[in-house]
Amino acid sequence: MNFGFTEEQELLRQEVRKFLDANAPMEAVRKLAETPEGFSRALWKQIGALGWLGLTIPEAHGGAGLGLVDLVVVLEETGRTLFPSPLLATTLAAAAIRDAGSEAQRARWLPGLAEGSAIGTIAVVEAGDRLDPGGVRLAGRREGGDWRITGEKLQVLDGATADLLVVAFRTGSGDGEIALGVVERGTPGLTAETTPSIDGTRRVARLRCEGVRVAGDALLGAPGAAGPALARLLDQAAAVVTAETIGAAEGALRLTVDYARERVQFGSPIGRFQGVKHPLAEMYVDVESFKSLLYYAAWCLDQGDPEAPRFVSMAKAYAGEAFARIGIDGVQLHGGVGYTWEYDIQLYLKRSKWARAAFGDPDHHYDRVARLRTEAR
Amino acid sequence: MDFQLTPEEETFRAEVRAFLDEMLPPGTHTMDPAFLAEWHRRVREKRWVGFSWPREVGGGGGSIMQQVILKEEMAKRKAPPLGTCFMGLAWVGPAIIQYGTEAQKQRFVPDILDGKVQWCTGYSEPGSGSDLASLQCRGVRDGEHYVVNGQKIWTSIAMWSKWIILLVRTGPPGVEHKHDGITCLLVEMDTPGITVRPIRNMSGGAMFAEVFFDDVRVPVGNRLGEEGQGWKVTVSALAHERSSIAEVEGLLRKLDELVELARRAVKNGRPALEDDGVRRRIARCETRIEAMRMNGLRFLTKQLKGEPLGAETSINKLHRAALEVEMGDLALEIQGSAGHLEKEVEGGRWQRFALNWPEVVIGGGTPNIQRNIIGERVLGLPKD
Ligand SMILES: Cc1cc2nc3c(=O)[nH]c(=O)nc-3n(C[C@H](O)[C@H](O)[C@H](O)COP(=O)(O)OP(=O)(O)OC[C@H]3O[C@@H](n4cnc5c(N)ncnc54)[C@H](O)[C@@H]3O)c2cc1C
Repeated sequence: MNFGFTEEQELLRQEVRKFLDANAPMEAVRKLAETPEGFSRALWKQIGALGWLGLTIPEAHGGAGLGLVDLVVVLEETGRTLFPSPLLATTLAAAAIRDAGSEAQRARWLPGLAEGSAIGTIAVVEAGDRLDPGGVRLAGRREGGDWRITGEKLQVLDGATADLLVVAFRTGSGDGEIALGVVERGTPGLTAETTPSIDGTRRVARLRCEGVRVAGDALLGAPGAAGPALARLLDQAAAVVTAETIGAAEGALRLTVDYARERVQFGSPIGRFQGVKHPLAEMYVDVESFKSLLYYAAWCLDQGDPEAPRFVSMAKAYAGEAFARIGIDGVQLHGGVGYTWEYDIQLYLKRSKWARAAFGDPDHHYDRVARLRTEAR
Repeated sequence: MDFQLTPEEETFRAEVRAFLDEMLPPGTHTMDPAFLAEWHRRVREKRWVGFSWPREVGGGGGSIMQQVILKEEMAKRKAPPLGTCFMGLAWVGPAIIQYGTEAQKQRFVPDILDGKVQWCTGYSEPGSGSDLASLQCRGVRDGEHYVVNGQKIWTSIAMWSKWIILLVRTGPPGVEHKHDGITCLLVEMDTPGITVRPIRNMSGGAMFAEVFFDDVRVPVGNRLGEEGQGWKVTVSALAHERSSIAEVEGLLRKLDELVELARRAVKNGRPALEDDGVRRRIARCETRIEAMRMNGLRFLTKQLKGEPLGAETSINKLHRAALEVEMGDLALEIQGSAGHLEKEVEGGRWQRFALNWPEVVIGGGTPNIQRNIIGERVLGLPKD
């Protein structure tokens, strides 16, 4: 039994942290957040070269062949500094192709995603806001060996910059009749429009498909059989968001603790007052706790352990609630300056609004936990 | 990260399971005194009582990991308590093993392991609860004895105990420097001058008491550790056996019972279990419980690497406190407007549960004190 990171993983953490401290301090993050694309192509190339993008891609296809647990190490750090990049989106597209694609499809798309020459994403959420195969309405129509898809996707991470989009669509009206198709940017009928988020470090888009052609050989797995793959992808998505949330929540906590040690009122650092100290202690309790849940969830996903869905949901639900609280308490404990554009704590609060909703809010995941417990017997 | 057990650990788990299958077949009446005596004897025979204690003193010499497995399996099976020696096994025994003289070890440890002698803990006083080091009960040296005068309070199971592990102030009067000058004594409860008065708690029971000391003479040979070192003895003794994994199993069993209750109870005209609010609160409790388990495994990993556990264990004490209250409240709310009735539903077991949270929440340090510990020792905030 060993519930900890290996030496290699700790080294990876140090490297990532060093790189981000040097190349993406908070001033740089703020500047990037105001650019149209919302990230730096130059830094993207560098992190591709450093191997972050290919971490979980098989070695045969240009990656390092590691697991989600290793990726968690990177994501904790990118979360800590709110590093803006299409890392989550690309990772998820790669996971879909790695898990559900054929060897030929892997060889075709994974190397580009690993080196960073292609940005990837997944397009799942639609109006109706259901996060399960039943929520997929976007319709596919067979045309020879190909498919034509029509409909709209929402909340597509980095949808406007993605080169490869893994799109979930319907092949029939039955519950599980779902397909995952890879659509390349520039395909006729495909348009993506960025929908501004209060979290300026994130880019999400509304995706329109009007008779977009998905070639038969761009379907991941057999048509109409991608329900399980989609379910797994949604678990991975919830897990990577939560991994970043660990870092972001720790970042917010650290900022607030530092402030509480410096800010003097009534002749004393405010951190001496229990009205300040106790909420900070609670933040710590919460972060450590959803962190433990997420680590185990990631391990379960890597092992194909059947406990994965339950632990993903517990981790995501807990993180969603806790980070929301941390964002609010963090700003409030800063007092007036916490409300200012200039102080960084507000950036974390805004991240918490995105992270809470992304790939299932706490209610959604608690409902699933309850279902898993009450239906098991 | 690796959650697999080694083959040896799996073998041990199988051995524990087989033993429990034999000892606790379905329908076993675990509260029958004859059964409890037999149960203790058989577990003792396997050297699973005091399992992590050194073999020289009669313990099992087991590894931390084996101990965790043992506790986990016993909790899963709702195994009965061992003997009557909860405090003896939890911290009095470890304290005597760590600080006792050879004579003390021989005299006290076997009885604890055999479940023969009940111990209680005399730390808190009316004026010294959270601020334990401010205690005033005095021990004055008089030749080969300490003469003890003062009062203790909240002493759990004092009325059924044969011995008490007691903290007294022995430092010279006037030099009341808080942590110094405290001494730990092992005192027989039938020594002349000791009076025990049970205190009734809010659920109607009485499991703790006030204990008065009036010129009680305690042989110097019953001092545990050096004079003035009582604080050290206490702190390290309480740090023993801090595995919260078994607690989690108990909480999960309780949660299952809560789900069953919600299946049967009717709320707004349908089974309470169909109510979204109820379902989410159950899921929330489950999430906290599993978080405790996972935190516990992370602490365990530190222990296995030989690193000392610090203030982080307060995390799970806070979770446990919040859960006890939350689950008790939820159980009553599931019962709807009947929730306040004393014995109507399942003989009132949930009502008792909902009133007994102070045992966990207040006993052993309150939530505020845990938050201070985390704020100061983990986050580095200035002291209170
Ligand atoms: C069921 C039960 C069993 C017990 N068994 C034993 C036993 O066997 N042996 C034994 O010695 N003791 C025992 N205790 C005593 C227990 O350890 C104390 O009750 C506990 O430490 C709190 O002390 P107190 O009751 O004096 O409360 P106080 O210390 O007076 O605290 C009152 C309130 O003030 C808060 N408070 C105090 N100081 C601070 C601070 N610095 N900052 C913020 N808040 C603060 C506390 O959190 C609490 O909410 C038991 C208690 C209970 C409830």
